[in-house]
Amino acid sequence: MHEYSIVQALLARVEQEARAHGASAVLRVRVRVGAVSGVEPELLACAYEFFRVRTLCERAELNIDRVEEQWACRACRTTVERGAVLLCPRCGAPARLIQGDEIMLERIEMEVP
Amino acid sequence: MCQSCGCGDTGVAALDIHDKVLAANDCMALHNRGHFARRGILALNLMGSPGAGKTAIVEATSSALKGRARLGAVSGDLATDRDARRLRQAGVPALTITTGSACHLDAAMVHRALDSFRSAALDIFVIENVGNLVCPAIYDLGQAANVVALSVTEGEDKPLKYPPIFRAADLVLLTKIDLLPHLSGLSVAAFEESLSHVMPEPRIIPISARTGEGISDWIDWITDRLAASSAVPSPQGEQQT
Repeated sequence: MHEYSIVQALLARVEQEARAHGASAVLRVRVRVGAVSGVEPELLACAYEFFRVRTLCERAELNIDRVEEQWACRACRTTVERGAVLLCPRCGAPARLIQGDEIMLERIEMEVP
Repeated sequence: MCQSCGCGDTGVAALDIHDKVLAANDCMALHNRGHFARRGILALNLMGSPGAGKTAIVEATSSALKGRARLGAVSGDLATDRDARRLRQAGVPALTITTGSACHLDAAMVHRALDSFRSAALDIFVIENVGNLVCPAIYDLGQAANVVALSVTEGEDKPLKYPPIFRAADLVLLTKIDLLPHLSGLSVAAFEESLSHVMPEPRIIPISARTGEGISDWIDWITDRLAASSAVPSPQGEQQT
């Protein structure tokens, strides 16, 4: 259940940004989580509910944008189907994950004086 | 002014960040990586399920490299000092990182542990992660390579079920292959097939720490990596941390 540590890192970063901007509270936190990032959005949301208490994020809604897994050929950029052998169907070169492993803090909305 | 819905609320400010949530961990990992690079130490993050044979791999590695390379290790476990004790008995300077309830090691835990190895002259540093096929994959520790131990008894479908850790792997050590004859219908090829769906360039070495089979291939893999990591020149005058 590493979502707890992920949320702690998330809250630390958001609080740091909010304080640097003199915010009195954070109203919204938007994150982007890849389908194969190893982070489960439901568990992340659950951990967030638990840890946001008594932080600047106490009232902040957490929005999680999910990102699909996508593979493409390293050489010719042909799409490689998810679940297939990770080699290009055209040129045979190994595929590369082009999206789906991200755990990103995208944006925050804060209450400022 | 509010920039998200256009409501004109002057007390709301939006800030675009676009940064990794684990940026602080990555920063510490970078620091660890510099620490290893300056000393010409090859750092390996050894991951795998509980009981996959991670400690046995370190024992076998140490014995195979005796007189050729000096090993150090940290072992992450929720409780007990058993693995590090086993390794110390095998002559490997080793320390346990007791994580309490944490299911993985992070870069800061490894950094703190490195303090205890200040005086040890090492060539290879094995970070034996907490036995888990999920969480350790997410945390960069500053390693030069990720090695995943997968025992044959876990079944060939594990890469398909736990893709992130295998996708992050530079090498999969298929362990306990001496047990293969007892597992009907299972073969090294079945593991390779399964890995080809999650690892773009699957690299698998079948080994048995008990019979010694495949250990020389694994040692060759390490030796190649070691040559590459010791070839990195130490920056002059840089502060040692």
